Amino acid sequence: MPSEHVILDSRKSFIIEKGVAAGATIDCDKESLSGAVSQRACVYCGARVVLNPITDAVHIVHGPIGCASYTWDIRGSLSSDSEMYRNSFSTDLREKDIIFGGETKLAKAIEEVYSAYHPKIIFVYATCVVGVIGDDVDAVCKLAEQTYNLRVIPVKSPGFTGNKRTGYKMACMALMQLMGDEPHEEKIPYTINYLGDFNLAAEAWIIQKYLREMGIRVISTITGDASYSTLINAPKASYNVVQCAGSMTYLAKQMKKTYGIPFEKVRFLGVDETVKALRKIAYLVGDTKVIERTNALIEREMKKTHERLETYKKKVAGKKAAIYVGGGFKAIALIKQFRNLGMHVVVVGTQTGDSEEYAMIRRLTEDGTVILDDANPSELQKFAMDKQADLLVGGVKERPLAYKLGMAFIDHNHERKHALSGFEGAVNFAKEVDMTLNSPVWHYVKNKNKTI
Amino acid sequence: MLDYTPKEITERKALNVNPAKTCQPIGAMYAALGINKCLPHSHGSQGCCSYHRMHLTRHFRDPIVASTSSFTEGACVFGGKSNLVKGIQNVFNIYNPDIIAVNTTCLSETIGDDVGEFIRDSKVPEGKRVIYANTPSYAGSHVTGFSNMCKSMVTQIAESTMGEGNNGKVNIMPGFVEPSDMKEIKRIAEEIGMDYTMYPDTSDVVNTPNTGKYDMYPEGGTSVEAIRESGDAMATVALGKYTSEEAAFKLEHKCKVAPYVLKVPLGIKATDAMIFKFIELTGKSVPKALEKERGQLVDLMVDVHHHYHGKKVAIFGDPDIVTAMTEFVIDLGMIPKYVLTGTPGKVFAKDIYHMLENAGIEGSSVKSEGDLFELHQWIKNEPVDLIIGNTYGKYIARAENIPLVRVGFPILDRVGHSYFPVVGYMGAMRLIEKISTAFLDKYDQECADEDFELVM
Ligand code: SF4
Ligand code: SF4
Repeated sequence: MPSEHVILDSRKSFIIEKGVAAGATIDCDKESLSGAVSQRACVYCGARVVLNPITDAVHIVHGPIGCASYTWDIRGSLSSDSEMYRNSFSTDLREKDIIFGGETKLAKAIEEVYSAYHPKIIFVYATCVVGVIGDDVDAVCKLAEQTYNLRVIPVKSPGFTGNKRTGYKMACMALMQLMGDEPHEEKIPYTINYLGDFNLAAEAWIIQKYLREMGIRVISTITGDASYSTLINAPKASYNVVQCAGSMTYLAKQMKKTYGIPFEKVRFLGVDETVKALRKIAYLVGDTKVIERTNALIEREMKKTHERLETYKKKVAGKKAAIYVGGGFKAIALIKQFRNLGMHVVVVGTQTGDSEEYAMIRRLTEDGTVILDDANPSELQKFAMDKQADLLVGGVKERPLAYKLGMAFIDHNHERKHALSGFEGAVNFAKEVDMTLNSPVWHYVKNKNKTI
Repeated sequence: MLDYTPKEITERKALNVNPAKTCQPIGAMYAALGINKCLPHSHGSQGCCSYHRMHLTRHFRDPIVASTSSFTEGACVFGGKSNLVKGIQNVFNIYNPDIIAVNTTCLSETIGDDVGEFIRDSKVPEGKRVIYANTPSYAGSHVTGFSNMCKSMVTQIAESTMGEGNNGKVNIMPGFVEPSDMKEIKRIAEEIGMDYTMYPDTSDVVNTPNTGKYDMYPEGGTSVEAIRESGDAMATVALGKYTSEEAAFKLEHKCKVAPYVLKVPLGIKATDAMIFKFIELTGKSVPKALEKERGQLVDLMVDVHHHYHGKKVAIFGDPDIVTAMTEFVIDLGMIPKYVLTGTPGKVFAKDIYHMLENAGIEGSSVKSEGDLFELHQWIKNEPVDLIIGNTYGKYIARAENIPLVRVGFPILDRVGHSYFPVVGYMGAMRLIEKISTAFLDKYDQECADEDFELVM
C-alpha cells in the first residue's frame, strides 16, 4: 500500500533521508503546490493563534462567517481573569457588503461591541475577502479609537498574503502597535516578559511558578493569559524571554529596537531544555541570589522528575516515533525528549521550520530518519509506515490518520489537555506516551504496521 | 465564568456574536465526500481548506482530505486559472481519484474566477470527471454549500438515457445528516424492498472501520455511474427543503424525474411521511419489521411521556434538522419556546410558526439568520428546560444550568453521532432516550435527599 504513493518530483527537494539521500539542504518556507493536500493554514490563522489568548480583548473577524466560526474557542489557552476571548465576533459579511464595501458594517460592529461590553481593546482581523475588496480597515479602526476612547487595532491578515508565519508577524506588529513607540528607558529590575507561551493547559503558569521561586517577576506573558494592562506595561520589563521562537522572535526584536529590552530564546519542553532555560534566565539577571535559588530549584525538581521518568522509560524504550508539528523548534525539543525516553525518532516533519532548524534536526537525528517540510498526509503515511513508527506526534488532522494506521498518537498542538512544559510537562509527556503506546486497544487493530 | 451575554436585549445590525452557522465550502466538501472515490478540491487560499478539513475531522474523528488551489497574492491579481488547471492535473497525478469536486471560496468568488471555464480548459484524464459548485460564503451558510454541491451532481453528472421510460429506481437525497442517518434511511428503503440510489451518501466514507490501514478513498459513497443514472429514476425523494429541494427540482427540470420534497425523517411524523412516500412510489406494503419498530417507539413514548411533557425547549442549528426536530418535540408534548437557525431563509420561520399554530402553542420566538448570543439572551429573559442543538450550545447550557442534547453539526465534544442515527423510528427512540436521560440525570444530581429514588 504505502509504496504505491507517488512522491511528486517537485516535492522531492523537500524531503531527505539522513545519511542516505545525498541532498545537502532541504527546501523549506516555499509556497505549497497547487492541488496538494497541504496541512498548512493561512495568515489569518497565524495571527489569530497568537493574539487570541489576550483574554480581555474582543476579537472581531472582519469577513464572511467561516473564518470566525472555525476559530471560535478552539484553543485551550487558560485565563486567570476575563473569558471574553472565548466568544466569537464577526461582521458576517453578506453579498451587498462585498459589492458596496464592508467599512460601514465594520464601524457599526465596533459600535455594537462597544455599547455591549465597553472593552479596553478590540482587534479587527482583515481576512481574504476584505483584502480583495479593499476596505480601509486602518481608517475605520482609527476613527473608532477616537470615538470610543479605547484601543482598536487592525490585524492585516488576508489569508492569501503568505502562510501562518506571515500571520505571526502581523500579530507581532499589532502587539507593537498596542504597546506604542515610547522608548521606556526606565526598566524595573528582576522583571521579564515571557513570550511565546499560549498557556495551553496552564503551561505559562507552571513557568511563572518557577520564576517566582527564583525571584523574578513576570510583567507580561505574551500571549497566554495576557491582558490589556499587562501588555501595555510590557515595555518596562528588563528582559524578554522567548519560548516559541517561530511566532515571537519578531516581536522580541522589535521590542529590543524600540524599548531596548534584550532577549533570550529558551525552550521549556523536556527536562534538559527546561534546566537550560532556567539557568539561562538566572544568568541573564545575573544576581547571585537568583542563581542560588535557581540551582536549588533545579536540583530538587530534577531528582523528583528523574525518578518519575524512569518508571515510564521502562515501558516505552525502544519504540519508534514520527513527528509532524508546526514549528521547527518544537520538533527539536521533541526529538530530545524521545531520546531521553530511550525511543527512536524515525520521521520528522514541520509546517514552518526554517533552514537553521532543519540543520539542527539533521544533527540530532539518527541515520535513516526521514526529514520533510510541508508534508501531506500521503507522504506522512508512506514514511511513517515504511519506517514502522509506533507513535505519531501531530495536530488535529493527523490524529485520525495515525489511529487508522494503528499508531499511537500525541497531540502536541493546541488540543493538548495536559501541560507539556517544564518538569511537570516532561512527566506528563512521558505519561501520555506510555498511555497511548501501551493501550490494550492496539491489540484489536488489525494489520499493525509492524510487519510490512 | 464564560457568560458574557447581557440580559438586556438591544438591536444589533452588523455584529454576529457566537454564530449558529458556518460557511458554504464545508457543506460542499461534506456533500462531495458522499461520492465514491471523490477528492474535494477547494479553489481559494490554503487557510479555508485547512479550516474546513479540521472542522470535519473534529466532528467525524476520521481523516478528511481535500486539496486546495493554494492562492497567493498573484492568484488574487491575475485570477486563479493557472492554479486550478495545474491543481487538477496534480490531483489526478498524485491522488488519482475518479472524480474531483471543486468548490469555490469567498476569495475566488470575489475576484470573479469562472471555475466552469477553467475546468473546461483543464486536461481531465479519460474516464475521470471534474464537477464544481459555486459556494461563496457571503450568501447562505454551510447548508447552502451542501445544497449547491448536490445541485451540481445533478446538473453536471445526471443524465436521462431511456427517453420516456424509467429504470424503476427511486433517488433519495438525504440532506446534511450524519453518515449513520444516511445508512438508516437506506436500511428503511431496503426493508421496504425499494430499488434506490442515495446521493450523496457519506456512510462508510467518514465513519470508516479501523482496519489498520488508511484508505484515501473508502468503499462508501455513491458511484459516479449511479449518479449519472439517477436521471432515469422514477422519482426523487428529497429530504429537507434547504439541503435537497433544489437538486431534486433541477433533476426534474433536466431529466423529468418527479420530485417529492419531505422533511428530514427525524421524529415519528416525518418518518411516517417518508415511509408512506416510499410505499406509494413502489406499491409495496409496510414491512412487518418497520411496523414493529414504530410500535416500539410509540411504546417508549408512552412509557416516559411524563418526563418531558410540558417542558420548554430551545432548538437551534440547521434549518432542515431544526424544522423536523420542532415537529417531533411538539409530538412529544414539549413546547418549542425558542427556535433558531443561523442560516438565512424566509420560509423557515413561516414553517415553524405554522406548526406551532397548529399545535396551539403561543409565545414562542422563531428566527432565521440568528446567532447564539441572541438565543442566550432569550433564555436569560425566560429560561427553558432543555436545549437541543450542536456542541456550541454548551456555553449557554453551562451558564444557565440547562441540559443540552447534542443533535446537528458540528458535534465536537461527544462521540457516537456518526454511528447511531437520529432519523427513522430507531433514531426517534434514541432521541427520546437522550432527552429523558438528560432530564433525569439533572434531577438525580440536584434533587433533595428525600426525593432521590431508585425507580423513576
Ligand atoms: S473565506 Fe469564506 S470560505 Fe474561507 S473560511 Fe472564510 S467564510 Fe469560509
Ligand atoms: S478566507 Fe482567508 S483568512 Fe479566512 S480562512 Fe480562508 S484563507 Fe484564511
